[in-house]
This record gives sequence, structure tokens and C-alpha cells, in this order.
Amino acid sequence: MSHPHLLVHDARDNVGVVVVEGLEAGTKMLCVVTHDDSSFELIAAADVPIGHKIALTDLSEGDTAIKYGEDIGKMVGPAEKGGHVHTHNLKTKRW
Amino acid sequence: MMGELSNLTFEGYRRDNGRVGVRNHVVVLPVDDISNAACEAVANNIKGVMALPHAYGRLQFGEDLELHFRTLIGTGANPNVAACVVIGIEPGWTARIADAIAETGKPVAAFSIEQNGDLKTIMDASRKAKAFVHYASELRRETCPISDLWVSTKCGESDTTTGLASCPTVGNMYDKLIPEGMTGVFGETSEITGAEHICKERAANTEVGERWYAMWKAYQDEVIFAHQTDDLSDSQPTKGNIEGGLTTIEEKALGNLEKIGRDCRYIDILDPAETPDAGPGLYFMDTSSAAAECVTLMAAGGYVVHTFPTGQGNVIGNPIVPVIKITGNPRTVRTMSEHVDLDVSGILRREMTIAEAGDALIDMVARTASGRITAAEALGHREFVMTKLYRSA
Repeated sequence: MSHPHLLVHDARDNVGVVVVEGLEAGTKMLCVVTHDDSSFELIAAADVPIGHKIALTDLSEGDTAIKYGEDIGKMVGPAEKGGHVHTHNLKTKRW
Repeated sequence: MMGELSNLTFEGYRRDNGRVGVRNHVVVLPVDDISNAACEAVANNIKGVMALPHAYGRLQFGEDLELHFRTLIGTGANPNVAACVVIGIEPGWTARIADAIAETGKPVAAFSIEQNGDLKTIMDASRKAKAFVHYASELRRETCPISDLWVSTKCGESDTTTGLASCPTVGNMYDKLIPEGMTGVFGETSEITGAEHICKERAANTEVGERWYAMWKAYQDEVIFAHQTDDLSDSQPTKGNIEGGLTTIEEKALGNLEKIGRDCRYIDILDPAETPDAGPGLYFMDTSSAAAECVTLMAAGGYVVHTFPTGQGNVIGNPIVPVIKITGNPRTVRTMSEHVDLDVSGILRREMTIAEAGDALIDMVARTASGRITAAEALGHREFVMTKLYRSA
């Protein structure tokens, strides 16, 4: 298998993690779900650094971000499918 | 695989109390901040002796004082220490610490500075330290079963790769070695926040899970909510975590908990620096998530090897316990390779499975326990940091 660009922990997740350096917008990413080794393709909508998250679907303000199959916080701004998800649009629900 | 693991051995130093060390340090332990200078002078005089200077030990009281004693006694009693010189300003607390360390059966000597001065204390303590070095240098390693090994874990400068690769690598090691009788520990009370519902369920039984939850809740109420100014967003996740792609405390906590694998259950909850007494198995220790404080507390609890997953590249070490650095971040491997003992970035490229990474870590733990010097040891990282619960009297 060629090297994946994006890894997703769980099939329920709506975000994945960039695992290559220098990912550029427009890249057709190979995405692998680590839990079951299934794969899919997704176009990166932004330049996203290694380790940062990408939305697997269009996310709106108020949506819950899911990773590890668990709630990791609420969207405080939108993210388009393939777009960058980080502190500018995702926040903890704890405080 | 399980058959091979049950035969897994390492070469360690068996101490008089039956515990096994993986290093053979002679240490000079200050009771208090003002005895640091004498301890460092002894270590300068006698080669093969290490001083452990720290910032506290005067006018502490209550639970904070008890933790101070427990940390120093536990450090001296750790099986990685062959012999120990204790120096304090006055004889009372000095003897309390030295006597407790001596219960392990190892050679211990106590010196106090008042009515002697630094110079006489340094001379007397140096002569004793020299004798201890001769003693320690003739001790020999012997073959020990893996069940004699106590291995702690705590991660640092985490990012999203720690949850994908280096933390599950540690979890896989525990899943394989805890059933073989290893004693393990994880902690970082604040960094479980966001995954406390999962952590509670990972207790061996409901009673332990309820005690764990009460401990976590007390920390939230008495420390976080009592002292926060607005929120913890500037501390949890840290700036380094955020640089690495972690956005929320929930996301960080879920990655953190990957260190206890899929099958392990923790059997008891330890106070900071407390030595477990419920037999082999996995424990939770109530610790800060600051790396040096946490590793110092776990070492004082008697753990002899530390496994440290990192994403962005935390460089921490410990003076008496080898700290094994594991990273899955290929950029960290490329830019900070001198700090990395085990590269598991192959997991991100799907060239390596978590199970293969776990086997590689087991090999690295056994080699380190048998004497391999870690990156942190080679680079001279000796962070010894006492946890302070509140201000002194």
C-alpha cells in the first residue's frame, strides 16, 4: 500500500489527522481508518501541517467534532470537507 | 508470542529487599534547599557520585511536608540507587529520611551541617561517598524475570501522532507484559480530563473506579476551579500541543489514555510518590502532568524504567531512572533524532503495526533495563523536580 496522507482513528470520526509533511491544497489524499484498515480518498481543501486535522465532511458551527469515536469538542466556526480543523474553528466543551 | 514473553529476562541489580534495579547509582540527597551546595561539593569530590539538588524542604507542613518526605525517601529507596548519602541542615529530618531509606537494607549515611559547617560536612560525607562507590562498583547484574521490572509511563509535548502511534505502542507493551507480572503505572490527573468517563471504566472493579473518579473530581474542584483565572486553554493543551495539531483537552486526553492499551485494568490508586503494595499490575498515580514532576514522583514510587511517548519532542530525563523516548512523528525523528530511543513513525506510513511497535518497545525496555544508556542519559538530562502542593509556612 502506498503511504497514507491522512489517518482516521474510527469509522464514526468526522475528522482525520495529516501524517505527511508539506501537504498542499488540491492533493488527492489517501485516507486510512486505522481501526479497520479501510481506505478512501479525499481532496485537501487547504495547506495543512503534519499532525493537524482535516474535516471529513462539511462541518457547521455548533457541530460536535468526533475523533477516536468520541466527542472532542464543538465547532465554533465552519470547516468545509477537506478543510483545516483547529483552534480557529474547534473548541473544548469543558470551559 | 506469549510463550516467548514469559521467558523474557533482563540483567538487573537485585537489592537486599528483593526489588531489582536497572542502574547502580550512588546519590547524595539534600534534605533541603540549603544543603544543595554541600551535596554538589561531595559529588564534585568523588567520581561516580550524583547529587540531586532541589528547591524545597524548609517550613513545609501538613500534606505538603509528607509528600516532601515521601519523595525523598522514595528516591533514595529506589532500587536504581545502590547507596545513599543524605545531607540536611539539622539532624532530625535528616535522620528521618536516612532511616527510612535504610529500611531497604542498602548502605545509607546521614550528615547534618549545623555545628559542623559545610567544610567538615563535605569532608566526612565525601569519605563515606567514596566507600559507597567502592561498594557499588563491585555489585554485579544478574538475570531477572520480566516480572521483577517496574515500568512507568507519562507522555509529553504530545501531538496527534502520540495518540496514533507512540502512546498505543506503550499500551501494547503493557497489554503484553502486565499479564506476565510486570508492575506498571500511569498518571497525569489533569490530562485525563475529557476522557474521565473512559478512565473510570478501566478500573479493575467498580470500587476502584469510584475511588479514581472521586480523586479526579477533587482535583478538578480543589485545584483547577479554585485557581483558574479564565480557563485552562493556555495550559491544556499546551502551546506545543497546539503546534502539533491537538486542539482540545478532550482530544489530548483520549490520546493520552492510549498508553494503557486495550486490555489492562488498573488495580489501585496511588498518592503522589506512593509505593504500590497491592502486588503486580497496573496502577494510577495522582500526579501533575508536568513531565519532570510526574517522572520524579513515579521514580519515588519505586519504578525503575520510564517509557515516554512524545510527539513534538519533549527532552526530559531523570537522574535515577532511564527515560525511554518513543516518537511516531517523522518530523521529530528528522529534526531531533538525538532525543529518540525508539522511532515508531512507520505506524503512520502503515509500514509497522501497533503490535510490531509494542514488540520493539519491549525489546528496548529489556535492553535499557540491562544497561543500554538512553538518549536522555547520554545527553545529561537529570530533571529532578519536587511537587509542591501549596506555599510554605
